[in-house]
Amino acid sequence: MTNGWTDVANADVVLVMGGNPAENHPVGFRFVMQARLQRKAKLVCVDPRFSRTAAVSDCYVPIRSGTDIAFLGGLIHYALSTGKFQREYVRQHTNASFLIREGFGFEDGHFSGWDEAKDNYHRDTWQYEVDGQGYAKIDPTLEHPRSVFQLMKKHYARYTPEKVSEICGCTVDEFRKAAEMVTIAAAEDKSGTVLYALGWTQHSHAVQLIHAAAMFQLLMGNIGMPGGGVNAQRGHANIQGSTDMGAWNMLPGYLKIPRAHWATLDDYLKANTPGKLRPDSLNYWGNTPKFMVSLLKAYYGERATRANGFGYEWLPKAGEADNHGWGFFFDRMYAGKMDGLISFGMNPVANGPNTAKMIAALSRLKWLIVAENFETETAAFWKAKPLAGQYYPAAADPAAIPTEVFLLPASCFAEKDGAFVNSSRWLQWKEAALDPPGDALRDQEIIARLFLKIRELYEKEGGKGAASLLNMSWNYATPGLPSLREVAREVNGRDLTTGKQLNGFGELKDDGSTSCGNWIYSGSWTEAGNQMARRGQEDPTGLGLYPEWSWSWPANRRILYNRASVDREGKPWDASRAPVRWDGARWVGDTIDFKSDAAPGDFSAFIMLPEGVAKFFTPDLVEGPFPEHYEPAESPVENPLHPRVSFNPLGKVFTSDRDALGTSKDYPYVGITYRLTEHFHYWTKHTAGSSQLQSNFFVEVPDELAREKKIKSGDRVRVTSARGKVEGPALVTKRIRPLTVNGKTVYQVGLPIHWGFAGRVSGPLINNLTPSVYDPNSGTPEYKGFLVNLEKA
Amino acid sequence: MQTVAKLIDTTLCIGCKACELACQEWNDQEFTLGVFQGTYQTMPDLAHNFWNLIKFNERETAGGMSWLMTKYQCMHCADPGCLRACPAPGAIVQLRNGIVDFNHDHCIGCGYCITGCPFDVPRLSPATKKVYKCSLCSDRTAVGLSPACIKTCPTNCLTFGARDELLRKAESRAEQLRADGHAQAGVYNPQGVGGTNVLYVLKDATEPEAHGLPKDPTIPLSVALWKGPLKWLGTLTLVGGILGTFFHYVRFGPRTYEGQEK
Ligand code: SF4
Repeated sequence: MTNGWTDVANADVVLVMGGNPAENHPVGFRFVMQARLQRKAKLVCVDPRFSRTAAVSDCYVPIRSGTDIAFLGGLIHYALSTGKFQREYVRQHTNASFLIREGFGFEDGHFSGWDEAKDNYHRDTWQYEVDGQGYAKIDPTLEHPRSVFQLMKKHYARYTPEKVSEICGCTVDEFRKAAEMVTIAAAEDKSGTVLYALGWTQHSHAVQLIHAAAMFQLLMGNIGMPGGGVNAQRGHANIQGSTDMGAWNMLPGYLKIPRAHWATLDDYLKANTPGKLRPDSLNYWGNTPKFMVSLLKAYYGERATRANGFGYEWLPKAGEADNHGWGFFFDRMYAGKMDGLISFGMNPVANGPNTAKMIAALSRLKWLIVAENFETETAAFWKAKPLAGQYYPAAADPAAIPTEVFLLPASCFAEKDGAFVNSSRWLQWKEAALDPPGDALRDQEIIARLFLKIRELYEKEGGKGAASLLNMSWNYATPGLPSLREVAREVNGRDLTTGKQLNGFGELKDDGSTSCGNWIYSGSWTEAGNQMARRGQEDPTGLGLYPEWSWSWPANRRILYNRASVDREGKPWDASRAPVRWDGARWVGDTIDFKSDAAPGDFSAFIMLPEGVAKFFTPDLVEGPFPEHYEPAESPVENPLHPRVSFNPLGKVFTSDRDALGTSKDYPYVGITYRLTEHFHYWTKHTAGSSQLQSNFFVEVPDELAREKKIKSGDRVRVTSARGKVEGPALVTKRIRPLTVNGKTVYQVGLPIHWGFAGRVSGPLINNLTPSVYDPNSGTPEYKGFLVNLEKA
Repeated sequence: MQTVAKLIDTTLCIGCKACELACQEWNDQEFTLGVFQGTYQTMPDLAHNFWNLIKFNERETAGGMSWLMTKYQCMHCADPGCLRACPAPGAIVQLRNGIVDFNHDHCIGCGYCITGCPFDVPRLSPATKKVYKCSLCSDRTAVGLSPACIKTCPTNCLTFGARDELLRKAESRAEQLRADGHAQAGVYNPQGVGGTNVLYVLKDATEPEAHGLPKDPTIPLSVALWKGPLKWLGTLTLVGGILGTFFHYVRFGPRTYEGQEK
């Protein structure tokens, strides 16, 4: 989240799209209700089905799954064409005024630079026009035909309310009503928040979708404002922490992973340290060398010296174009190119797309280690045939699977201390409530003991890439069971000259005199102690920022980009709720997202970006500088905007013999997957309480479709896709309305996800149906909006 | 002693069912399995071991789809039909703070209270042959804690406190809703049972049935009569072992328990 849960109470309008917080974030949803009671906030809910959030909304708009960019593009067009946007904010704080090179354009589904033969873009026309010093040229009047503002206007001119209706399937009036409601935030003294979750991230164009939301929020002048922002609701207690710590194809603190063509530290730093694009840009990522060198010092301790590039060369490196994202490594595993997998807190058989492929892939490993609280589907994958053979006709007999499986009993969250990082970026320290039962060990003990044993083997026997392990520093009081307090202090970082804990990342050095396990967490455990354990409830700004409650990254800042809540001169857009204020010498209020003693005019507001301002137009995303509506890989219609380029030209579709895509001829309905409030992912089917609240898998069938097929609630139905099938009772409902898309009636079939073949209650895994299709920027699978058929079983 | 109440603002309920679980956990009720009946509802109805049910009611209205989620449990009536109907002294008590509580040591399992309740709340356990329902967590409220459902509710749709105050709060919230364009918004506090200590704010108070709440609940005529001269008839049908009860009744009539404030 750019803002935070408590801040949602400051909103005047809440747009929920690609998420269902009433259902999946009920505790956070209290702040939506507070906004409603205190500020008379309006709640707008855009969702394929009438969800529990829709049930308490002021305005509900149904859309076809996978058409969110069309809807947001429509909002952008609506704002620009009616003048309902915050012009001064856009002029001062965004790249709307930047000029783009000659030759940039968009035609028939492709941006300029498309290379048919390479199936990729040349991005040279997607760049700013620069002056002699390499700075982007700007036109503050926003009138230049090659200004980002004019290009954006032109790009979205196609997204009229009628077009939105034609693509999304809502009516023009429904779209207009929502657009009117959410654009009240264009006023300087009004803010709107956007809450989203996996309904946005699980598409083959997901990152662009969130880019579109950011664009809309910039037009409204909502970024940096209390009650504004683009707010991802994270689903697992610590998924934010795992992203921050680089568990996903990144190094900690969002540093890029080393690649083979960056052989030395200098190569790496040169390629990954941006230069300024405007003279008044602070360009904070210019500090990348400090972050990276301090990280290497945390990894390799005294062995990391300037002479050996602080150990950079020991780090394992990916090939230039390698992708180690989820879908990619499972595809390699399926191709028999992997020996083993260690799975912690993850259940790939249940949560990966195309379950049959997941099971087949694991069957080709030599070994699999699963550290878990329960015997999950992943640990039990070899029993898929006896346990759920009706869904996996091609699964091998247990006796024929060579994979050796180790199920290590691991402690659960309540049996460990450490910090959870919530959606608000708060690191909240917790204490262990009880000891792990029986033989269960804490995860850090499992990891440490594996590490020590493997290192011992490398010491004795040598082997490829041994240097990284042999040089690793491991200075814990009990090497086989590092305390999480020690780890947290190490992550915060210390001054190696004085031995003192650092106060924050401002103190990091690139000369090897500081170490820091994650620069964005620096400041979480200072000499003053564990900041994450703080529970102060003071609220000096009156905005519900609670600066003394836990610790928020970065620098305990509660609202990211808060410098943009005031104009260039420092005057707040809305004086009644300014989170920060320049008092003539320094900034007060929330930790300023700026240099704390720099006068307002010294730099532009977005210090993390080389431009110094927020971006409508970005060359960084692979499929184009502006978000464009592309259909899901499986869609009931051709893209009404450009039928010849219907799907994202860079969307990743796997094509193994287990990966198939269907067409609407065989699979006429859109499958939508979602979570229910009663369950948490695939875990709580192991617990008694949640299993009672939703004991049965079911398929939600639109009333009209049910009538056509003579299906009644409770009848057993079969849902099939080109990958597999699920079976269960039908829940016939009017909450999933048939939509008219491009003149055609489209039905969507609702598929809640929580069941599987392991647990107290069982049912089919919904991912039997989903395709191995991925977003090219994030590598997240397209779990939403695929094609299915439905029949009475 | 102040009368206490629970306020349910249905416009803030998101049907998360946290209150269902909290109720069962606090009251040591064993979890079972839900019964699928084509809705999101956990169980078709309340049960002897399931005192708090979120009812899901889905329908189309002029204004679009409506999916009402409404918490259902004992209403703790000012004039409780169950208490009127109960022949066993001390089995049903009305505490001075207004809570209607069952004392299972005295319950004889006749089930008359089930007939007496205009909200169809009490349930007979086939195992213990006694009748059960929500106690408004009388064991928690006695020591100054709020009921389990209220403690757990994430949206603050549930509040607990002095009845007068909550009634005022409910009225002002209804007023806010009316100002917001919900002309029929109001408070559900049915007078047929003398008012209830469980109060609801409804977006449309003219149609409580849409929430699964009875429109004008009154104590059934048979039970009302039961209070009168016909009572002995019914009592006579009970087995001899409870004759003491009968005599007790004849001497004192049904009574409101004014006993200890725990
Ligand atoms: S806990 Fe509150 S919001 Fe959730 S179902 Fe119960 S009353 Fe409704």
